[in-house]
Amino acid sequence: MHVIESGNVAAATGVKLARTQVIAAYPITPQTPLTEKLSEFVEGGELPAEYIPVESEHSAMAVCIASSTAGARSFTATSANGLLYMNEQLHWAAGSRLPIVMCVANRGVGAPWTVWNDHQDTVSQRDLGWIQLYCADHQQIHDTVIKAFKLAETVSIPVMVCYDGYLLSHTYMPFDQPEQEQVDAFLPPFAPEHFLNPEAPRNFNTVTLPDVRPDIHGNTAPGYMEIRKTLHSDLRGAIGEIEKIDGEFGEIFGRGGEPFVEPYRCDDADYVAFCMGSLSYQVRDVVDAMREEGTKVGVMGLKVYRPFPDVAVRDALAKCKGVIVLEKALSYGNQGALFADVKSALFSAETRPFVHNYIVGLGGREIKTEHLYDALTESINNEAAIGDEPQWVGLKM
Amino acid sequence: MDNAKKTTILNLTDDELVNPGNRACSGCGLGIVYRTALKALGKDTVLAVPPSCLTVLQGLYPVAATKLPCVNVTFASTAAAATGVRAAMRATGRDHLNVVAFAGDGGTGDIGIQALSGACERGEDIIYICYDNEAYMNTGVQRSGTTPKGVMTTTTPIKGKLQHKKDVPSIIAAHGIDYVATASAAYPLDLYDKVKKAAAMKGGTRYIHVHTPCPPGWGFDTRYTIKVGKMSVATGLFDLYEIVNGEFSLTGESAKRVGKERTPIAEYFKTQRRFKGLTQEIIDEMQAIIDDKWAAYTA
Repeated sequence: MHVIESGNVAAATGVKLARTQVIAAYPITPQTPLTEKLSEFVEGGELPAEYIPVESEHSAMAVCIASSTAGARSFTATSANGLLYMNEQLHWAAGSRLPIVMCVANRGVGAPWTVWNDHQDTVSQRDLGWIQLYCADHQQIHDTVIKAFKLAETVSIPVMVCYDGYLLSHTYMPFDQPEQEQVDAFLPPFAPEHFLNPEAPRNFNTVTLPDVRPDIHGNTAPGYMEIRKTLHSDLRGAIGEIEKIDGEFGEIFGRGGEPFVEPYRCDDADYVAFCMGSLSYQVRDVVDAMREEGTKVGVMGLKVYRPFPDVAVRDALAKCKGVIVLEKALSYGNQGALFADVKSALFSAETRPFVHNYIVGLGGREIKTEHLYDALTESINNEAAIGDEPQWVGLKM
Repeated sequence: MDNAKKTTILNLTDDELVNPGNRACSGCGLGIVYRTALKALGKDTVLAVPPSCLTVLQGLYPVAATKLPCVNVTFASTAAAATGVRAAMRATGRDHLNVVAFAGDGGTGDIGIQALSGACERGEDIIYICYDNEAYMNTGVQRSGTTPKGVMTTTTPIKGKLQHKKDVPSIIAAHGIDYVATASAAYPLDLYDKVKKAAAMKGGTRYIHVHTPCPPGWGFDTRYTIKVGKMSVATGLFDLYEIVNGEFSLTGESAKRVGKERTPIAEYFKTQRRFKGLTQEIIDEMQAIIDDKWAAYTA
C-alpha cells in the first residue's frame, strides 16, 4: 500500500506492523509525533500493545529493559538530550543483550539548546554495544524498523534506528507500506530462550567478578571480560546477519540489496563523498552537476555505523583516488568520528585514497548545495593542502 | 489488618525462597526482611532490584541466593523496571504474577524517587518494598535522605547529619496509591501479613517501607538487631501503620502503644554508636518531635 506520510509516522507504522508488545514513551522534539502516533494506534485498538507514558527517558529505557527481559517485544524512541539521559541504560540494555529497538530522530545536543538536526547525539553513543542503523528516506525508515526487530532478536543486541530530525521526521514522502501478512511471514513472534519466569527462575545482570568462576555444578562460568568479549564478537557477527536479513527482506518485500553502503554513480568514480542519513541524497545533486562538468565523482551513504562494516567500506572505497567524508558530528578535540573510522578501514588497503573531513550542518545549520559543491571541488583540487584537520562548511563568522 | 487473622510463628509457611549461606552480613536486618517478604509473596513472583545491599545478598554470578526470577537494574530505575515487568506480564498473558520492586532507602527516596513517583502517579500494578537502613550501607555508610538527624556517617563524620530524616512513606502516600504501610525487621510476622495484604490488593500501586537495623552501619552488636528495631518502635520514633485507600491507622506494636508510656528516645540513641555525637539539644528536639507526632495520633 502506497502512503504519503511523515518520517515519524513511517517509523510508527513499522513499529505497529512488527506487532510490538510494550512501548515506553517520553516526549522530546523531534521524535514526539512518532510516539503520539503509537498512542493513537494503542488507544484506538489498532495495536494491542502496552503503552507506558513514563516520566523520563531514563525510565523509558528501564521499562524496555525490564519488559524485554520478561519476554516482550519492546520499543521506545527519543532524540538528543533524551538519548543522553538514557546513557547508563543504553549500556545496560546492550550488556544485558536485550533485543530492544529504539528510533532516534537525530538532533543536535545542548548546550546551547538546539532542536534542529545533526548526528552528534547518536554518534556520541557509538561505543555502547548497540547496533546503529541510519536511514536516508521514509521508505528506509519504515523498512529498517521492521528489519531492526528481526536483527535485534537474531543476535540478541539492541538496535538504534537513526533518521534525521525534521529533514526526515517532519517531512512527508511517499513510501510503500507492506501488508501485515508479509511482515508476519518475515518477523516471527519474539521467543527468547531465557526470560523472567518463575517456572525457571534466573537472576539477570548479577554482580560478576573479574575472573571466571565455577557454578554449583562445577562448570566454569565467564567473568566480566569474557561476557564483554562475547558482546563484541556477536556485534561483529551481526555484520553477516545484517546482510542475510536484508536478503530475506528483499525476497518478501522486493526492496534492499545494499545492506551497508548505498552508492550513487560510484562505479567509475575517482572521488567519493561519504556520509550518513539524508545528506547522501542531497549530495546526489552535486554529483550530477560535477559529472556534467566531467569530474568522475559519486556519493555513498553509510547505512550501518555500528558494527562498522569495515570490509564493505574498504571494498567500496579503496579503488578511488579520494574520499570526502561529510559529517554532522565531531569527536571534539580530534576529528569526525566517521572520518576516523573510514581512515581506519582503509589503512590495510594496498593503495589508499586520500581522505578529507568536512563538518556540515551542526545544530541544523542549512547545508546549501553550492556549499557541498564548493567543498567537494576544494577537496579534489587541494589534496595536499587540506590534510586531516576537519574543514567547516557553511560557517558565517 | 485488624479484621484479618494474624499470622503466627506456628502457621508461618516453611517454604523458603531465599537460600541460607547468602552474602548478607551477620545480624543483617535485610536478611530477615527479604526472607519474610518472599515467604509472603510466594513463588509466583518476579523481582526487580537496583544496586544495594540486596544485590550483594543475592550473590555473585553464576550463583544466586534467591529462588525467584530477578532482574537487576540501574540505581535510579527500579520502579520503572517493575513497570516494564508488569507491562510484559500483561502482554504475554502472565498478569497473575506478583511484580515486586525491592530497594534500599537511597535507591527509593533519593536517586529512585523520580521513577517511583512516576509509577505511583500512573498507578502501576506493582508492590514496592523499601528496606530502610537509614544510609548508603552497601557503599560504606554514607548519609542518605532517610538518615536521621545527628547520625554520624562517613560523609557526616564530625558534626553528624544536620537535617532530619526524609519521610518517604508520606511522600508516597501523597500520590494517593491504594496501599502504603510501614513495617520493621523486628516484627517479621507483621511484615509478613502486610506483604500478604499488599499482594492480595492486586491492581494498583502498593508501597511498604520497612525499618531495617544494620549492625555495622548503626554500630551495635549483631545479636541486637531485633532489640534495636523493637526499641525504635517502643520510643515512637518509627511507627507501624497502614494507609489503605487513604485511611490511616496505626498497626501492631504501634497501635498497642496508643495512650501508653513510650520509651524515652535517649534510651534508643544509647544503643548505637552512630548516635554518639548527639547533643542534648538534638535529643530534646527529637523527643519533642515524637511527642508532637503522638499527640496528633491520639487527638
